[in-house]
Amino acid sequence: MLHSIALVKQVPDTANISGKVMNDDGTVNRSKLPAVLNSEDRSALELALRVRDQYGGRVTVVTMGPPRASDVLRECLYMGADSACLVSDRKFAGADTLATSYVLSKVVQKLAPFDLVFAGRQAIDGDTAQVGPQTAEKLGISQITYTESIIDICDGAITARRRIDGGYEILRSQMPTLLTVIKDAAVPRPFSAKRLMAFKNARTLIDLEKLVEDNSLLYLDKLIEENRQRGLYIDTLTADDLDIQADRCGLKGSPTRVYKIDSVVLTGRDRQNIEPTRDGLTGLVDALIRDHILG
Amino acid sequence: MNQIKNSDVWVFVEQRDGKAADVSLELLCKGRKLADAMESRLISIVLGHNVDAVAAQTFAYGSNESLLISNPALEHYRTGPYERHLVKLIHEMRPRIVLFGATIIGRDLAPRIASATQSGLTADCTDLQIADIVYLRQSYPRLLLQIRPAFGGNIIATIITPETHTQMATVREGVMELTPVECPSRPVITSITFTADPTDDLLQIIERHREGSKINLKSAPIVVAGGYGLGTKENFRLVNDLAKVLGAEVAGTRAAVDAGFIPTERQVGQTGLTIRPKLYIAIGISGAIQHRAGMQESNKIVAINVDPDAPIFDVAHYGIVGDAIEVIPKLIDAYKARLK
Repeated sequence: MLHSIALVKQVPDTANISGKVMNDDGTVNRSKLPAVLNSEDRSALELALRVRDQYGGRVTVVTMGPPRASDVLRECLYMGADSACLVSDRKFAGADTLATSYVLSKVVQKLAPFDLVFAGRQAIDGDTAQVGPQTAEKLGISQITYTESIIDICDGAITARRRIDGGYEILRSQMPTLLTVIKDAAVPRPFSAKRLMAFKNARTLIDLEKLVEDNSLLYLDKLIEENRQRGLYIDTLTADDLDIQADRCGLKGSPTRVYKIDSVVLTGRDRQNIEPTRDGLTGLVDALIRDHILG
Repeated sequence: MNQIKNSDVWVFVEQRDGKAADVSLELLCKGRKLADAMESRLISIVLGHNVDAVAAQTFAYGSNESLLISNPALEHYRTGPYERHLVKLIHEMRPRIVLFGATIIGRDLAPRIASATQSGLTADCTDLQIADIVYLRQSYPRLLLQIRPAFGGNIIATIITPETHTQMATVREGVMELTPVECPSRPVITSITFTADPTDDLLQIIERHREGSKINLKSAPIVVAGGYGLGTKENFRLVNDLAKVLGAEVAGTRAAVDAGFIPTERQVGQTGLTIRPKLYIAIGISGAIQHRAGMQESNKIVAINVDPDAPIFDVAHYGIVGDAIEVIPKLIDAYKARLK
């Protein structure tokens, strides 16, 4: 049975930056931005779901992040993922791509056996496109980055078309393989209303622990079991659940460090203001012709 | 000798169909400067089949030595064999810096190599420098400063990788200047033996199709660019209209690409192209640092925006505060009138 694992990330919604989220110094206040499912990860999940719909099997979706990242897991369940897994631990905080891929590779190994790993090409908050290939390297498996479409799966191999500089190529790889997916690869399906009603109550271990804390009449083990039986339990993994070295995750395991951050002071060119009138614009055209810029 | 090798600067020279990528030659020029600052050598790494000419070409751009691995299995880029050979070389020779173009190949390969060698890697740098650094009370001589705009407005982050021996970065095409050296060093091409591995056959190229990019933004003297501020795809047509009249190429911001106004290939900025045309007309572009990184060195910049406080005006030579929908037709008329 084909098992696909989709790696997704909750990111700040940079596409909808409004004045409300700007600090006085012109920087963006990340905590005020709405958090959304990274768009290319959504396309990656769509491809994983199509593979399942066509070839059978199941799709597990995984995210690493703070407890509230379970929001994007529920969205993935609404779309059709079979199960979801939240990877969350303070020890993972401050991770760069190397430390992130280390933990993700351990999670994928824990979810083994698997045939395919899907991820978006890159996340909009960093644009590095590094976590996918680095996870594949740590798993010791092949990769197809910039995937445009899946052509075929047969005899334990996947054939896919990927973008290359100035064209495309078609690759066939023995599975397991990790694919990173570009946005144009697939239009993600909308949420199923039925699934939305069912899975809006899906809860992580952290959610349930909080419930118990607030209500002394509840017992954690019983709650977990109840949610599990109704298919509403989101697996929750912490550092202790994974076979990991502490010095390879979080800030400790991250070789890249921010040495300093500079605000850019715009020096302001010697700018000429042009009135948006016929005369003003004619003057601009003349000036550009005089400087041999327009001919 | 070992001492010297330990501070070498490497550039992975990407070749496609036997031709060196422009970005690799640009990186060699930058790598030369970094090697000079470190008093070390610049080494070009060339993988392919029958690509001696590519290795030979690197000396004009400052390399001291070229490591060449030639084999039919390397003719077209594949992750497996490229990764394996580079990782082996890095383990053996321990370069201090390795640079990659932020192309599709570079973005496929560099992260795997960084992962396999446990090295730090910074994507899409807009500048690289060498400096003596004190970080957390420890001093680090001659560290690579990896400089790039960071998410969140007008911020430039300087990234360092103080604890890993090999420091890696990717850089987009057009960001570094192409400045051939005046006195190239004597060509030294060292052939490295290719070693086959059974895992190479796990992934095969079935079909490959490349056509040279039809878009020539990089060498266009005039570029008309539109941003999200235009609001709709319909309004964005005005950008095309103006470009057509001026004989210019059309470009856009990332937000314009995301909104579907214009294809990705025409994106200007940190994660797109960096260009230096004679004239850059920015329409409905607020001027986020990520966009400015790709166009601020244009010879003349004209900005059209309704918001007089838009940061784009700070890099513009000519500023027009107004609604593009009204300004562009007037500008087209004014230009046509002068042509007569």
